[in-house]
Amino acid sequence: MNEQHVVVVFPHPDDESFGASGTISKFREEGVPVTYLCGTLGEMGRNMGNPPFANRETLSSYRIQELKEAVTKLDISLELLGYRDKTIEFEPIDELAEDLLKRLERLKPSIVITHYPGFAVHPDHDALGAAVVAAVEKMKKEERPEIWMHAISNDHEERLGKPEIIHDVTPYWDKKLAAIKSHLSQADGMMNLIEKHDQASEQVNRLKTERFYRYPTK
Amino acid sequence: MKIIEQEKVQTKIDELADKQVYIHLETTNGAYASHFDEEAYNVGAFIRNARVSYQHGKIVSTGGSFRVGLKLDIGWVYAEGVTDYEIDDNDRLLMAGHDREGRLMVALEISETPFSHEADLNE
Repeated sequence: MNEQHVVVVFPHPDDESFGASGTISKFREEGVPVTYLCGTLGEMGRNMGNPPFANRETLSSYRIQELKEAVTKLDISLELLGYRDKTIEFEPIDELAEDLLKRLERLKPSIVITHYPGFAVHPDHDALGAAVVAAVEKMKKEERPEIWMHAISNDHEERLGKPEIIHDVTPYWDKKLAAIKSHLSQADGMMNLIEKHDQASEQVNRLKTERFYRYPTK
Repeated sequence: MKIIEQEKVQTKIDELADKQVYIHLETTNGAYASHFDEEAYNVGAFIRNARVSYQHGKIVSTGGSFRVGLKLDIGWVYAEGVTDYEIDDNDRLLMAGHDREGRLMVALEISETPFSHEADLNE
């Protein structure tokens, strides 16, 4: 791979760690700069730690600290988009796309990683993925980055076929675990699963492979 | 947050009655409910910074959790399944119900000042 810059666009602190931290680590090892555009601070998360240490009003303060720790561990840059958790789909998509376009024009990525709209389960995932597509489509054809999309809905393979990009991230598992662990308020359940069942659990095994569809923008 | 102490919460509810207050009320079973269980149905409701004044309010024990109701001049606000509370540094009454894994299921919060929309990095 010969990439100049990879930009990751997800709505929640921890989406990058669960969904793409192995791939991010691979790019970083190759010396490719990575920037995470994080849409919200996960203000509406249901996980408050176990036992709960956050409340609805303090959760975002924890989550921004956790996010900063994760991006430090992954050695990537961070930009906060400043939207509010669970409301992205209600924002005007054109404004979202304009905001993203300005950032992409400045960062000049060769690859943008985001969620596959319609196949990403959480309404924020779907909406931000759609805004990324709209932003990239505003660019001149020759300047458009590739879009790699993360699909997580139960029916995605049935409807989209196999993803084109499949990364076995086992070599980066320690980095991925460290990034996930940073998100203490959210990741507790998953960490328990990892520590108790390790190899056996399907959910854990799924984390060891990162799969992306290449969106046809060119 | 800590386990509800009914009398302390009732005292705070009484203190905030007849004042102009801001309400945060939400309930949800999470954005992934029907992803993990196809029989499930995603539900949620959320209102932030509703500006109201209530005549009186009451916290009622249901054994294990609590219901809280506020009577408005021409309406009601209530929440069910509340288990924990906190009166925070800004003197706001924060109440929430959590499931066994510590996930938030319901929240009712009452404040004399609007709830902010940003993380306070100094908190």
